[in-house]
Amino acid sequence: MKGKALRDAFGEALIELGRENEDVVVLDADVSGSTRTKMFGDVYPDRFFNVGIAEANMMNMAAGLAACGKVPFVSTFSFLACLRAGDQLRTSIAYPRLNVKVGAGYGGMSDSFDGPTHHSLCDIAVARSMPNMTVVVVSDPNQTKKAVKAVAAYDGPVYLRLSRAEVPYVLPEDAPFVLGKGNLLREGSDLTLVVTGVPLARTMEAADRLAKEGVQARVIEMATIKPIDREILVKAAQETGAVVTVEEHNIMGGLGSAVAEALVQEAPVPMEFVGIKDTFCESGPYDALLDRYGLSVDDIVSSAKAVLGRKSRVR
Amino acid sequence: MSSQDLIQELKERAGQLRRDVLEMVYRAQSGHLGGSLSAADIVAALYFHHMKIDPQNPQDPDRDRFIPSKGHAAPILYAALAARGFFPREDLWSLRQIGSHLQGHPDMRKTPGVDMTSGSLGQGFATGLGMAMAGKLNGQDYQVYCLLGDGELNEGEIWETAMAAVHFKAHNLIPIVDFNKVQLDGPVSEIMPIEPLRAKWEAFNWHVLEIDGHDMNQVVEGLAEARRLDRCVVIIAHTVKGKGVSFMENRHQWHGQAPNEEQYRRAMEELGGGQE
Repeated sequence: MKGKALRDAFGEALIELGRENEDVVVLDADVSGSTRTKMFGDVYPDRFFNVGIAEANMMNMAAGLAACGKVPFVSTFSFLACLRAGDQLRTSIAYPRLNVKVGAGYGGMSDSFDGPTHHSLCDIAVARSMPNMTVVVVSDPNQTKKAVKAVAAYDGPVYLRLSRAEVPYVLPEDAPFVLGKGNLLREGSDLTLVVTGVPLARTMEAADRLAKEGVQARVIEMATIKPIDREILVKAAQETGAVVTVEEHNIMGGLGSAVAEALVQEAPVPMEFVGIKDTFCESGPYDALLDRYGLSVDDIVSSAKAVLGRKSRVR
Repeated sequence: MSSQDLIQELKERAGQLRRDVLEMVYRAQSGHLGGSLSAADIVAALYFHHMKIDPQNPQDPDRDRFIPSKGHAAPILYAALAARGFFPREDLWSLRQIGSHLQGHPDMRKTPGVDMTSGSLGQGFATGLGMAMAGKLNGQDYQVYCLLGDGELNEGEIWETAMAAVHFKAHNLIPIVDFNKVQLDGPVSEIMPIEPLRAKWEAFNWHVLEIDGHDMNQVVEGLAEARRLDRCVVIIAHTVKGKGVSFMENRHQWHGQAPNEEQYRRAMEELGGGQE
């Protein structure tokens, strides 16, 4: 399946957005060639600020631009956006509820060869524990374009986790993107796989494999981590009785935690968490790293079987 | 109004702001006095003379902006906003209490007239740069004033912004350093020295105006000059921490301490109050 790099989809989306809304401005911290915001800068140089390697200053500049009516997209590597400039994001953007969109590039391990210094595996946990913050993780090139427009249309701070990776077109081209709504991609009654971000294709493959073994897995793609779509989750938990979450993030604090928080109150069912098991990873080819650190199709399949085993013991 | 009348009025305004700050912090038994008293003359000049603002229309997109990047000086800002009629003066006595719109550090969503949430040091200057750039993009002619603490200049982000503002030609951004020589733990010269301060700003390609931050003539002229010049201008205002109260002046212990009743009475008397 031919795909597209999510960063390219992001760059193209920003150009379209810039054409539609002249209040959109873009800031980058000397990685615009990598994040693809340079594409916007080339078309709209007056609305593009390359601040150099100074993420804190950039985040606050965005706050000031938003306070004066602009719609700033701040772009840098995601670990820098949520950690280096995390206080700026919390204090000057989330707290005053300013209309800043953080384009968090190179999410997860997509900058794989640069190693753990450049991997971003705790950003969802950080961003979603900030009040007022909406957290979105994209998984597909078409969806990335729709997500950029949707978060721009929403008035408030958004952490939009992007990726360097080339990923296949998994979602139907006409699939709507609605903030706060999960996508039901596959019906199933034995268990539910809830996935966010790049591991979407792997999760679909795992569902195929499970089906060949007679296990019907429901698949929900969850782009908005916060606010989480409780309705689709509770329904899935009640109808399938078991849930596995799949994310390119530490299993602490990310999608799995968000799903567990929602379900434990309304529809507690056995759960398993597929993700990075609280460890720093290493340099290497991206797909091989995902395989090695717990996000292989086999990992998803075995977690599904594990949760099915627990479900049968519960009942 | 003659210029001498103006100066006299601003001095009286600053005196009243100082008394209000003292009373606020005394009543709350919490808050930062030293750095509010050192900035009182600058804030009085801004809010009663220089800034184009309208208390009836606090969100006017064309208004001048003020950001106390040293957000712990919130009391002096609140006193000025109340005096300009953004909210009733009685509100000042609710500082830092549950249900009050006057948070320990400025909150733009709660307090009328507060242009930006600030308090985590190093950030307000950069936010001001963003506001300045928005004004330039929109072709508006408002000014953005940022009050920086001298201890705050320890923060690396300040110098990121100093670099960027010149690069982006943010001539509508005016930082004012409240150079009171004292930070929370002690003298700036001992905790983390920032001298040679003028040379530092000049090395970042800023034009430096040095003034006595308690000489109202110099404050008014310095602020006017900074606005007139079409380049990046920083005002280094030499001030005294705790200015106006002898036993607080230059003492880091009064950075964030509230006075007891006896101290409050003595301080109020020295600030020309105490008759009430």
